[in-house]
Amino acid sequence: MAIDLASAEPGNVLGVLRVEPITRHMLALYCGASGDHNPLHVDIDAARRGGLDDVIAHGMLSMAHLGRLLNSITRPENLREFGVRFCAPVNIGDALSCTATLAARRAGTNLLEIDLVGRCQAGNVKVTGRAIISYDEEGARAARHAIQ
Amino acid sequence: MAIDLRHIGRVFGPHIVTIESGRLRLFAKATGQQDRVFFDDNAAFAAGYKAAVAPPTFAFCLEMDREDPFDMLTALDIDLGRVLHGKQSFCYHGILHSGDEVSITSRIADISCKRGGAMEIVRIETDVRAADGSLAVAMMKTLVVRAAG
Repeated sequence: MAIDLASAEPGNVLGVLRVEPITRHMLALYCGASGDHNPLHVDIDAARRGGLDDVIAHGMLSMAHLGRLLNSITRPENLREFGVRFCAPVNIGDALSCTATLAARRAGTNLLEIDLVGRCQAGNVKVTGRAIISYDEEGARAARHAIQ
Repeated sequence: MAIDLRHIGRVFGPHIVTIESGRLRLFAKATGQQDRVFFDDNAAFAAGYKAAVAPPTFAFCLEMDREDPFDMLTALDIDLGRVLHGKQSFCYHGILHSGDEVSITSRIADISCKRGGAMEIVRIETDVRAADGSLAVAMMKTLVVRAAG
């Protein structure tokens, strides 16, 4: 991705990821791959017993997509912190649009704070998050120094 | 308050897990991962890694690899059907690769009550340590437990 993280300014969009609409098949695959076998995500009978109309997507599947977005912005070793809040259930048919925006530069370091958001096609926010990355190896060393 | 506060501080594990390449391939397929660094050792070598790299949220899956992934909920007498995942965070100290053997320990960090008892919040801290004992990833999971009935 052609973003110069060294010169990006707060408010700049660093990346966008559009995810295919959620299908039951995706949830079955994620159930097996993740080891999260909570039936709420794959068994409509279990979902109804839990008071829901239908299965809902694993929150961690949405977070994995935000992780892919971060990986399009920086190398894995530059990711320091990554946290999300699951605001609303992601339903079958929801197509997440994930956006990463530069929130702030930490003074005296090469650490960048990134705001993350995932919205469905209707615009409703499903997940919000924050990540901290360093933008190069030199930045990574400076950051470790600052922490110590 | 339905959940016994005496569970705060309770530790589960450690359990030892090896990060398997097949698991990374399946995780990549399930999450639409197209960057081969995350599932193909050769692509990872070419990018300067010792083996395929575990994606940012993969460590959460390792926590689910205990013999009974929901044993903490059982121990706290929480019905899985009432649990929602509220928040999740990761703090990275190193990256995990295919073939790494890691040690995973979880701790009940906090239990609290919200909305006059309509929901309870359980926070669980999990450390993932490399074979040499160094901390690789620290995770924090916040579960929202809806009141029964």
